[in-house]
Amino acid sequence: MGLLSDPVRRRALARLVLRLNAPLCVLSYVAGIAWFLALVFPPLTQRTYMSENAMGSTMVEEQFAGGDRARAFARDFAAHRKKSGALPVAWLERTMRSVGLEVYTQSFSRKLPFPDETHERYMVSGTNVYGILRAPRAASTESLVLTVPCGSDSTNSQAVGLLLALAAHFRGQIYWAKDIVFLVTEHDLLGTEAWLEAYHDVNVTGMQSSPLQGRAGAIQAAVALELSSDVVTSLDVAVEGLNGQLPNLDLLNLFQTFCQKGGLLCTLQGKLQPEDWTSLDGPLQGLQTLLLMVLRQASGRPHGSHGLFLRYRVEALTLRGINSFRQYKYDLVAVGKALEGMFRKLNHLLERLHQSFFLYLLPGLSRFVSIGLYMPAVGFLLLVLGLKALELWMQLHEAGMGLEEPGGAPGPSVPLPPSQGVGLASLVAPLLISQAMGLALYVLPVLGQHVATQHFPVAEAEAVVLTLLAIYAAGLALPHNTHRVVSTQAPDRGWMALKLVALIYLALQLGCIALTNFSLGFLLATTMVPTAALAKPHGPRLECNGAILARCNLHLQVQAILLPQPPKYLGLQSFVLVARLECSGVISAHCKLRLLGSSASPASASGVAGITSMRHHTWLILYF
Amino acid sequence: MAAPLVLVLVVAVTVRAALFRSSLAEFISERVEVVSPLSSWKRVVEGLSLLDLGVSPYSGAVFHETPLIIYLFHFLIDYAELVFMITDALTAIALYFAIQDFNKVVFKKQKLLLELDQYAPDVAELIRTPMEMRYIPLKVALLQCFPQCYFSCLSDIPVSVPTHLVCPRTPLSPPAAVHTCENEEQSLLDLFLGVCHDVCGKPSGNHLPLLLPSQLLGFHPRSLWLYINVFFYTIPLAIKLKEHPIFFMFIQIAVIAIFKSYPTVGDVALYMAFFPVWNHLYRFLRNIFVLTCIIIVCSLLFPVLWHLWIYAGSANSNFFYAITLTFNVGQILLISDYFYAFLRREYYLTHGLYLTAKDGTEAMLVLK
Repeated sequence: MGLLSDPVRRRALARLVLRLNAPLCVLSYVAGIAWFLALVFPPLTQRTYMSENAMGSTMVEEQFAGGDRARAFARDFAAHRKKSGALPVAWLERTMRSVGLEVYTQSFSRKLPFPDETHERYMVSGTNVYGILRAPRAASTESLVLTVPCGSDSTNSQAVGLLLALAAHFRGQIYWAKDIVFLVTEHDLLGTEAWLEAYHDVNVTGMQSSPLQGRAGAIQAAVALELSSDVVTSLDVAVEGLNGQLPNLDLLNLFQTFCQKGGLLCTLQGKLQPEDWTSLDGPLQGLQTLLLMVLRQASGRPHGSHGLFLRYRVEALTLRGINSFRQYKYDLVAVGKALEGMFRKLNHLLERLHQSFFLYLLPGLSRFVSIGLYMPAVGFLLLVLGLKALELWMQLHEAGMGLEEPGGAPGPSVPLPPSQGVGLASLVAPLLISQAMGLALYVLPVLGQHVATQHFPVAEAEAVVLTLLAIYAAGLALPHNTHRVVSTQAPDRGWMALKLVALIYLALQLGCIALTNFSLGFLLATTMVPTAALAKPHGPRLECNGAILARCNLHLQVQAILLPQPPKYLGLQSFVLVARLECSGVISAHCKLRLLGSSASPASASGVAGITSMRHHTWLILYF
Repeated sequence: MAAPLVLVLVVAVTVRAALFRSSLAEFISERVEVVSPLSSWKRVVEGLSLLDLGVSPYSGAVFHETPLIIYLFHFLIDYAELVFMITDALTAIALYFAIQDFNKVVFKKQKLLLELDQYAPDVAELIRTPMEMRYIPLKVALLQCFPQCYFSCLSDIPVSVPTHLVCPRTPLSPPAAVHTCENEEQSLLDLFLGVCHDVCGKPSGNHLPLLLPSQLLGFHPRSLWLYINVFFYTIPLAIKLKEHPIFFMFIQIAVIAIFKSYPTVGDVALYMAFFPVWNHLYRFLRNIFVLTCIIIVCSLLFPVLWHLWIYAGSANSNFFYAITLTFNVGQILLISDYFYAFLRREYYLTHGLYLTAKDGTEAMLVLK
């Protein structure tokens, strides 16, 4: 009746697992790494193709010719900015109004969590300016966004100029079915986040901002533009968003299509893509691109303003103009035409982009690997943990297995349930303690920040770091005490049972992480899986189980940091997955979820320290 | 045994009260794993307010409860939290005494069979002793209280009530009937179920003319074939397990929980509360490790895939429903494992623990 019930086959399988466990584990781990490396080779990597029919054919004729106008706007903007030292809000408002848009401003401010050297809380405040081009042929139900993030330095003037010229050109057309919002934000990511939060009526980062006076409908797609020179040699695209979320692949395909149509060079990560994927050079370069993308995705940082749009289910890209030493240069008209073509195609969309892949890896601009093909890499790595857990279970139940096949000498008559029950009860304490430690790591540093500075002569940043170190140091006592608790009953079985539970827990956590952010899951798995599988107590110290648990905790803490918080506008609940897992422990078979702050749709958010620019310092902090 | 039970109840009530007042309440009450169209408290409130306005609650396909719920909660709606807590506590107490009675019956039967020499000689380790059975009722009450309180109490009517009212009632009557035939003393569990049957057996009340709730509940032809599964197993199980009605009831509840049209966490918790009663079968369960892993993995993946589908927009419904299917497969394998373990223990009891084939070599028990 199959593997699950046939005793002969079960015995054979059990023998196989017990005898060949180490080679199988090593093979599985190597297979996982090898699979990942093989992702760049042709059968696993495919050419990109446009999936959405509404954007299929490039039958639009771009008519943008406002290159001079764009340059004039850019020079004006740069001059005004230099004069005022900040974003020239009045000038922007005037210009946008003259172009024909409905102009609104939004002011925002954010107190940064750590004060600067002079022990003052640095307040970052700024103003966003946006103009709405209302669709002449439709009610304002949907919209597109073109945004230019302006930092405190004098970059992106040409981008602002091009934005205004495009706005002027778009205003004169009659075919727009969606509103177009032209957004200029101050302080880069901070401003973009303030605008998005106010637009969707949520407050996930604690930013204070004035409510928006004008809205344009549900945003379908957004493009962030960064241009700092009058001519470009290529257009670079950035896809990695907050918490490793990626835009729909069709948006990338769209960008590529229009670059090819206009003869514009497009690059990924600043490098041209190899043409030849049959020899070895192409895949090797692809491997480099892939690894860099995995690192970026795993860091969870958004690589452009577009990254913040993604968690509101708005597909977005960042386009950067690169001016290198190449011979052939393109002026603003070419870039403008590409953007015009993209927006016209996005205008054709009847529903949100959904046809193409949301989860993918890019070995090259025109090559992608879909989730079905890259997930087995993580699967093989987690299989190692599963095999180890199975081996431990079988070793723990060797006595029981003797009873199941009665016929040999009568098995030991010690009944299993009591001893297993006793073993389980004594495992709960170490598990709960590590859960509590994870919870403390999540909650205490921020909570204790103020308290610590009041009672101790430390700076706030130091207080946070010291609290973290203190909790970790306290956690080092865990292995010692685990040994005492666990090995009172049966010294051998105690650590095996603990390791079994720890392995399963780790496998579960890594699986959940890999589903939400594959790169992070994969990188964590490559490091944690061998150490967890190999950890074994030597002598009476039994430190290693504590190490596994501490690793589980670090793991949990990492996940707790990098988890989503959703915006409110969809009216759905938010959750932080692992944070609750940390403190719920092993109570029920179902995952507990924890509401964090606002109720909103959990797209992606993090307690991670992201980055945004600040005037005096080069480091940026953004708490989500 | 009264003191531990009282302690359990007090703790359960405290935890429920704390959860009701926490910010978790609103959050859990909207999770799809906990609340279904059949058991949503919000829908009950909506139906009752419709009734107050003089509109039939069943117009609009929001309200899917029986008229009994309307009568019950019409007056109790302000005390909903208290009613839920009291019902849960009563269920725990009822289960406690029912299992205690059941244990006594089992022990008596076992003693009778021992004296009648019906058991094989070498099955000493399979005989259940009063010592090991002492804490089972408490464990059942504990398991009933706590998972329920985390999930169901906040969002819907206590599961014990709708499970018996809303779910198909007919599959539960054979075990109840068999049980009453066998034992002269009425066990509390039997009484409990019987009362529910009597009350719900009535057709819809006379006051509200067009109340036909069962017709709204998924007797759609497409879902009929899956729904029929609930009934398929009743008769064969009744024939096979005619001497073990409580085990039959346990299996039947589990089958209902698996094949129900809108299963929730509460249904699963209901039959899992009975696991301590069958603790002695643990040694015969073959796949408990794999199945526990499957169930835990699926439970953890539910919210992850829900998030990916609804909020991140990355996955789609296929991922989520694949996990529900896997969870159900795990449940089915778990129940069939318990069934197999039960039958195997019965076989060992009558034929001895160490089996030899006709030619004297060792024999193995294989399920065909």
